[in-house]
Amino acid sequence: MTAATDLGTHPASRQGVASRRFLSRFEPYFYASPAIVLLVTVMMVPLVVGLTYTVRDIRILNPFSGGYVGFAHFEAIWHDQNFHNALYNTFWWTVTSLFFQFFLGLMLALLLNRTFPGRRIIQSLVFLPWAVPAFLSGLNWAWMFNPVISPLPQWLFALGILSEPTNILSDPDLAMWGPIVANIWFGIPFFAITLLAALQSIPGEIYEAASIDGASRRQQFVSITLPFLAPTIAITLMLRTIWIANFADLIIVMTNGGPADSTQIVSSYIFTQAFRRLDFGYASAIAAVLLVLLMAYAVSIIFIRRSLLRET
Amino acid sequence: MASIQITEATKSYGNTAVLHGIDLNIQDGEFIVLVGPSGCGKSTLLRMIAGLEEVTSGSISINERIINDLPPRDRDIAMVFQSYALYPHMSVEENISYAMTLRKSPKEKIASAVNGVSNILGLNGLLERRPKALSGGQRQRVAMGRAIVRDPQAFLFDEPLSNLDARLREQMRSEIRKLHRKLNATSIYVTHDQIEAMTMADRIVAMHDGYIQQVGTPLEIYDKPANVFVASFIGSPAMNFIRGTASASGEGYHLQTDQGHQIILPKSLDLKDRMDVILGVRPEHLMIVEEGPASLPATVDLIEPMGLSTLVHVRVGQDSLKIFTLDRPDIAEGTQVHVSYIKEKLHMFDARTEMRLESPV
Amino acid sequence: MAYYAKSKGQRVADWSVHYSLLACYLFFALFPLFWLFKVAVTPTKLLYSEGIRMWPSEMTWANFSQVMTDTDFPQFFINSAIVSGSTAVISTLIAAAAGYSFSRFHYRGKAVIIVLMLITQMFPLVMLIAPIFRILTPLGLTDSLLGLVVVYTAFNVPFATFLMQSFFDGIPKDLEEAAMIDGNTRFGALVKIIFPLTLPGIAATLGFVFTAAWSELLFALMLVSSPDAVTFPVGLLTFVSKFSVDFGQMMAAGFLALIPAAIFFFLIQRYLVQGLTAGAVKG
Repeated sequence: MTAATDLGTHPASRQGVASRRFLSRFEPYFYASPAIVLLVTVMMVPLVVGLTYTVRDIRILNPFSGGYVGFAHFEAIWHDQNFHNALYNTFWWTVTSLFFQFFLGLMLALLLNRTFPGRRIIQSLVFLPWAVPAFLSGLNWAWMFNPVISPLPQWLFALGILSEPTNILSDPDLAMWGPIVANIWFGIPFFAITLLAALQSIPGEIYEAASIDGASRRQQFVSITLPFLAPTIAITLMLRTIWIANFADLIIVMTNGGPADSTQIVSSYIFTQAFRRLDFGYASAIAAVLLVLLMAYAVSIIFIRRSLLRET
Repeated sequence: MASIQITEATKSYGNTAVLHGIDLNIQDGEFIVLVGPSGCGKSTLLRMIAGLEEVTSGSISINERIINDLPPRDRDIAMVFQSYALYPHMSVEENISYAMTLRKSPKEKIASAVNGVSNILGLNGLLERRPKALSGGQRQRVAMGRAIVRDPQAFLFDEPLSNLDARLREQMRSEIRKLHRKLNATSIYVTHDQIEAMTMADRIVAMHDGYIQQVGTPLEIYDKPANVFVASFIGSPAMNFIRGTASASGEGYHLQTDQGHQIILPKSLDLKDRMDVILGVRPEHLMIVEEGPASLPATVDLIEPMGLSTLVHVRVGQDSLKIFTLDRPDIAEGTQVHVSYIKEKLHMFDARTEMRLESPV
Repeated sequence: MAYYAKSKGQRVADWSVHYSLLACYLFFALFPLFWLFKVAVTPTKLLYSEGIRMWPSEMTWANFSQVMTDTDFPQFFINSAIVSGSTAVISTLIAAAAGYSFSRFHYRGKAVIIVLMLITQMFPLVMLIAPIFRILTPLGLTDSLLGLVVVYTAFNVPFATFLMQSFFDGIPKDLEEAAMIDGNTRFGALVKIIFPLTLPGIAATLGFVFTAAWSELLFALMLVSSPDAVTFPVGLLTFVSKFSVDFGQMMAAGFLALIPAAIFFFLIQRYLVQGLTAGAVKG
């Protein structure tokens, strides 16, 4: 036996037992602490500070602001036509974007869930829009809708979708479709990738068993594919709703809320209040309202889901 | 080498106790097998000895020195994992020499140790490969090599053969045994396979529900199982059990089975009249006979020919019994036969405590 | 999907539908990017006359060279690279530590921390713009790349932590236990055994965070204004609002912004699924 194996000679073995226990208890906190410190200082503290702004008058351009105003901001919001309009637009923007992202994403996932020559390269190329920075997606589509430099308005006119080959972004009735199309373009890959992963986790034997049992392809889709996808669909739809409702980049880049506030959604409205008018108090109050609405949405979805599960 | 003492060791996770007051003394050079069904706490006990789990209370000592709070690296033990846990980014040679490298052994010493180990385990020619390029059996050998190269105080094995196919498992079983004879190092081996336990152990520790059920040599455990659990767990095909009531008859007792049959019991047992008991009898101690005074009528359910031997499943009333025979009985399924037993080989258990009933001697 | 016995005609019809649908998707996905490039290589004089031609009769790199020499874009590009690179490295380090802690330990408060991290992924970040601006101003962190790095790092750490945790979860615990028995401390096992095995995961996390930081616009708009701290997105947006007719240069600049994102996209392809599941709420 070598000397090193003699336990008694190990220097650290006798003293330091207590400190070692202490250290091993705190080891996990030690690894997690940088993340926690950062989250608390850069996210939690500003969040709380932001909530205090909702009852104060904070306008950066006005050195005399800063006072306590109670619920004045919320009262203003209640009467703010622009906010009501933004709320309506948020709903419209979220539901439409989500609808197309989801169904087109699902279809793409189904198309890619087969083996065929060229699949890998096609897959990388159709997923590419996901990697395009949001501001660039916005600019790119803003340019695409410009009849001077893009054939798109001509094509839409030829297809009878537009009555004239004009820029839809300058038409208050149609402008919202601009960011929505950009959002669909940007968001299809997200759904396709997530759903494709879920599809590929369905064991092939189940389809084989079903086809031996005599299920047609449509029946297999309804009775196997959809139930297997359901949990993924439910969670991604919920999270994505919140994400899209918060997603202001495309609108800021493409229309800045215009023309005539026709594309202003709540989150872009908050940004406008904070960034252009530097009215931090009012911006924070709207943000708090949005936060409450989103939380109500999330809670009610979870509640509905739970009661549905209980029934089945 | 080392002796290992475990004294009243317990382990709980929160309020859930998984090991209760474990006492075990392992002699220097002994090959101990911890056996039991999954969840019995055998792996937890092994990991506590390794230092991978904290000891909740009690103590574990190596060579009379308490090591409860010593980190694994200071315990000088080697362990072979079920998954082998080979470092995927290191070659076989680096895997084997890693522990010595960490201990800053001189290069020549490492080289000769690796060389020696690869000779013993037949790993020459594989030393440059990555684990990914090895077969299951080769990986198992590398895991063994990594353990023995260090010449540790003790070897711990955590179900090391369960990922191998049956033939390879049989081969490795005897190799590990031979290796142990050669190195004579204290070894603790965890398995759920009672055949491994029987064939490899100097002493078996049978565990169940976080308690040690019995400690003994393989044949002690086989011949005198301490309770119903051990009796049913050790031995394959498993022991037959018949429930019934002991009743005094003449000088001795007989068993009145729940099915209404009578079985004469050995005289030496410490029985009381009207006591509920469980009778255990191993399949090899039952035989098919002509009708006689001590025979029980039975129906043949199933015949399993295994070449060397035959296993006959019969039913006596509601009790299903298995009979092991080296003959090839010329009977058909569904026929009526008579079954007899070797009286001296019967095992009796108290039906309430499930403990073995021994002669009062 | 399972294999279906079918007639040859059916199969041909089936695959033609399949490929034509995929062609539609490809067209939708790639046409805008193609057009970006097309306009970028069209000489200014042909821009309007050949506005809707699929490919200009004459091709030029002049727009790219003008962007590189006559504008501040090289500076913006460097700023963005510094911010995104530092954010990626710091976030990944912090996230690796936290992810390791989540993956390997059970401890009091872990669930709370995880829920907290999930919440930070859900609430409107735009809420934080005003308070962060006011907190950073007295610290001198507005108008500085450092301020952006701090903010971006905080935003990306939760997602990166979940991603790193999933990579650590994929490495058997046995390996570090074996290393600890072989003579490592836990930290030694982490560095010598676990870390080398997580390298692909670390690279993927770097890629995800880099891409996210490279794309961020709103906080950069709010927090920086002096040219030496302006990031590429802000620079491009400012350029667009100032010179809204110089499409060739705008698109050349846009195309340059696409390059790092596209490179990282192709590098992290294999991990897309893991990345999206880890940050289901992230873009």
